[in-house]
Amino acid sequence: MKEVVLELENVTMQFGGVVAVDSLNMYINEGEIVALIGPNGAGKTTAFNVITGVYAPTNGCVRLRGKTIAQGHPTGKMRKLYAGTHIGDYDRLVSNTPDAITEMGVARTFQNIRLFKNMTVLENVLVARHMRLKSGLITSTLHLNLQEERRIRRESMDLLEMLGMADLAHENAASLPYGRQRYLEIVRALATEPRLLLLDEPAAGMNPQETEDLCDFIRDIKERFKLTVFLIEHHMNLVMDISDRIYVLDFGKRIAEGTPQEIQDDPAVIAAYLGVDEE
Amino acid sequence: MMSTVLPYLLSGISVGGQYALIAIGYTMVYGILRLINFAHGDVFMVAGILMVYISASGLPLYVSIPLVLLITAAIGFTIERVAYKPLRDAPRMSVMISAIGVSYTLQNLVLYITGGLNQYYPSIPFISESVTIGTATTKMVTIVTPVLTLVLVVALVLLINHTKIGMAMRAVSKDFETSKLMGIKINSVISITFVIGSFLAGVGSLLYFTNYTTVIQTSGAMPGLKAFVAAVFGGIGSVPGAVVGAFIIGICENIIKGLDVILIKAGLSKQMMGLTTFSDAFTFALLIIILVVKPTGLFGEKTTDKV
Amino acid sequence: MTMKPSAIRKGLDRGAVISIILIALIYAAVFVLEQIIPPTSMLFTVLKKGATYALVAVSMNLLNGFTGLFSLGQAGFMLVGAYTYGILTIPVAQRAAVYQYYDGGLVQFAMPIIPAIILAGFAAALFAFLIGLPVLRLKSDYLAIATLGFAEIIRSIFQWDKLGVITNGSNMLRLFPTFNDFNIRNADGEVVLYLSTLVPFLIAGVCIGLIVALIHSSYGRAFMSIRDDEVAAEAMGVNLARHKQYAFCISSFFAGIGGAMLAMYSNSVQAKSFTSAMTYEILLIVVIGGIGSVTGSCLSSFLFVACSEWWLRFLDQKQMIGDWEVPLLRNGFRLVVFSIIIMVVVLFFRQGIMGTRELPDLFRKRQRHARRKEEMAK
Repeated sequence: MKEVVLELENVTMQFGGVVAVDSLNMYINEGEIVALIGPNGAGKTTAFNVITGVYAPTNGCVRLRGKTIAQGHPTGKMRKLYAGTHIGDYDRLVSNTPDAITEMGVARTFQNIRLFKNMTVLENVLVARHMRLKSGLITSTLHLNLQEERRIRRESMDLLEMLGMADLAHENAASLPYGRQRYLEIVRALATEPRLLLLDEPAAGMNPQETEDLCDFIRDIKERFKLTVFLIEHHMNLVMDISDRIYVLDFGKRIAEGTPQEIQDDPAVIAAYLGVDEE
Repeated sequence: MMSTVLPYLLSGISVGGQYALIAIGYTMVYGILRLINFAHGDVFMVAGILMVYISASGLPLYVSIPLVLLITAAIGFTIERVAYKPLRDAPRMSVMISAIGVSYTLQNLVLYITGGLNQYYPSIPFISESVTIGTATTKMVTIVTPVLTLVLVVALVLLINHTKIGMAMRAVSKDFETSKLMGIKINSVISITFVIGSFLAGVGSLLYFTNYTTVIQTSGAMPGLKAFVAAVFGGIGSVPGAVVGAFIIGICENIIKGLDVILIKAGLSKQMMGLTTFSDAFTFALLIIILVVKPTGLFGEKTTDKV
Repeated sequence: MTMKPSAIRKGLDRGAVISIILIALIYAAVFVLEQIIPPTSMLFTVLKKGATYALVAVSMNLLNGFTGLFSLGQAGFMLVGAYTYGILTIPVAQRAAVYQYYDGGLVQFAMPIIPAIILAGFAAALFAFLIGLPVLRLKSDYLAIATLGFAEIIRSIFQWDKLGVITNGSNMLRLFPTFNDFNIRNADGEVVLYLSTLVPFLIAGVCIGLIVALIHSSYGRAFMSIRDDEVAAEAMGVNLARHKQYAFCISSFFAGIGGAMLAMYSNSVQAKSFTSAMTYEILLIVVIGGIGSVTGSCLSSFLFVACSEWWLRFLDQKQMIGDWEVPLLRNGFRLVVFSIIIMVVVLFFRQGIMGTRELPDLFRKRQRHARRKEEMAK
């Protein structure tokens, strides 16, 4: 029996009167690649933001390896507005800032690339290693931690080299071509030493060949770093090819769950995607 | 008790009204451009200086007052065109720095022209006259200010809610980009906002300096900052909010100025505590409290950033 | 342009070596000039005040340029530093004269200069820490106005009569050791070695050196990541609250030291001179130098001080060319010219003198920074 890495229990995220995620239940096992799909505006990125601590859930609970990392119930004005279910099940409030969750081994990329634009490629990766640094502010300022600094530089270069981006290490991150920027975001996420990697539309804007390469890359890093991967994606070829299991969201609600084959045959999914060509 | 508090309360209401007229300029500009127009307080000061020079030239009041208001509005328009418009696509920090630069420039220009000396504000008949209310003797301007302020605010709110240009303003402050796509002439909306804001600051300066009688290049800084605080307090972007905030700040500030006297007369304190020192500090303490407790202010709308 | 991964840039390259030599030469020149030119020369006024402003400008740049926190509290923290220094160093014998309205004041000891300067920094940092707790959560423009407000509050508190036994109320603090006390005198009181300019240079140099070291450390990278993208920085494990607080306190620490230096430069301290106009001036120095360039802040500090105290002074006086009186020149014209220059920089040369380049970059052949500049301009 594999360990459950991530578990969402009745997670609801409501903004004003808009329910972005509605009582979502899901889990991801150790070593799985799980995809979250759904039409635009279905609440996929919002789910990511709840998991990574950007938003506190309006109601429900998120657990990482059995430990509750976010839990909430409607408070203040939301108590009147709240339209979801399971009121009163989650009275204890638990919240963590995004950096704390990253420190617990959850890393992510962003749908609209968010690199540190005025920093070099290497510096982008180094920032991600900052939190794992042992030396404090003063030691670091006085450069008394040369060994450690050298080590994290070497590790970061190794990561970049793995990607064939070592020669770009001192280039400005913003000057990279679009595809490279997407890869750099993944590398930067890897540098935080995650065990669960969340990828938000990693193949957005890529052509079929690039998408295929990305697919291999994700499999490769998953093996190499012993990761569990959770991704949002619109490229169905990639999703069907790579995923062990798939969750489908529509209007914030989970409408299906299963293996790629099951999802492809699911009438509810087909209805939700009606009119949308499979690429 | 009441007789001790009354004079402070009256001048509080008066100053509050003057702050309100300045605060509207801040709140409207912020609503549309998301810019703290650091130069706005200085536009207010320049209006004061203009009045000094124009009335010294011997023009009758019915000419000089409209002329001052007209030139002030023109200055507001020019500042926007010269210093803010070229930076429309620049980071917000650049525009704020430009605003600080304009503030610095206006102060230095006035310093140069006046030689850095206090200029005596001309007395304007009627509003400079003394009047007695209950036990308090004050200038007519104390009574005129709140009335005039409310009239102007009502007119402005009507303009914003019931005219085409008002609708354009509301649209731009809701969503800059989309309004542009919908064919709203962004630049003229912004210009009109600056003209209205500067005009009201001009009116405010007539009332404020009648009260304080002298103008110097730094006269605009403090009232400007306080009016901005009032705008934040009321919920930046909201005209009624700015007005309410301005009155609250004006009244509190003046009560604090008189707090020592009030406390002693009420038998609550034996000696002067020098609390007057804190009348300015109070405003900023209020600002920080409101920003921490309710950053959207009393009447502000909540916005969420998209990740 | 291929660089093997093993060739991670470390240690000193050509640009850094040339820069260090250049800086050493400047210090040597300051030392020599001070021995040969009369101490009353304007040059030394400019150098002393320039060094002070350079430190304050760099400390502001650390916040505004490197961490992306638009703070306008610099004058307030300088005030705290200046007062702390003054209060701690006035010789006991002089206290009765200084605190004449407060029976000689409460503090009845005097500290040596250097520890007092360091304490000045810590006092400012402490204030910053307390202020930072509520305000650092605010978004950029609110942060600007809140810090500006705090500077005003600090100013009122220091002028409060009830604290007069410590702060001397609204009266000035004076008679504390100044830069001139660094000169070494013989038994007759004659100066044998002039150090009154070199020492402020050294203090500012050490402090700026520490800031540069910080910027190049892992923490500096974390600061810059916050500047570039808060959300991404947080997602990469950078604790926003803690790092903003670090940057804010460190910047204020050095602003406090800058305040102490300003006190030493001007021989007296009075709360009412630390206005928001002072903060604006420092901000404009940072902008002229280039937001995000330590070198730029230093250069522009000296330029700014030299222009305002020395080179452009003539604009404030009537000038005759033959029989012709040059128009416009009179008191205040210098500041008008200044304002215009600043507006031109703000509107048309937004990169300032240096952009984001540093001294060593000037001696490097790499193209990276040119490209970085282009990106920034977009």
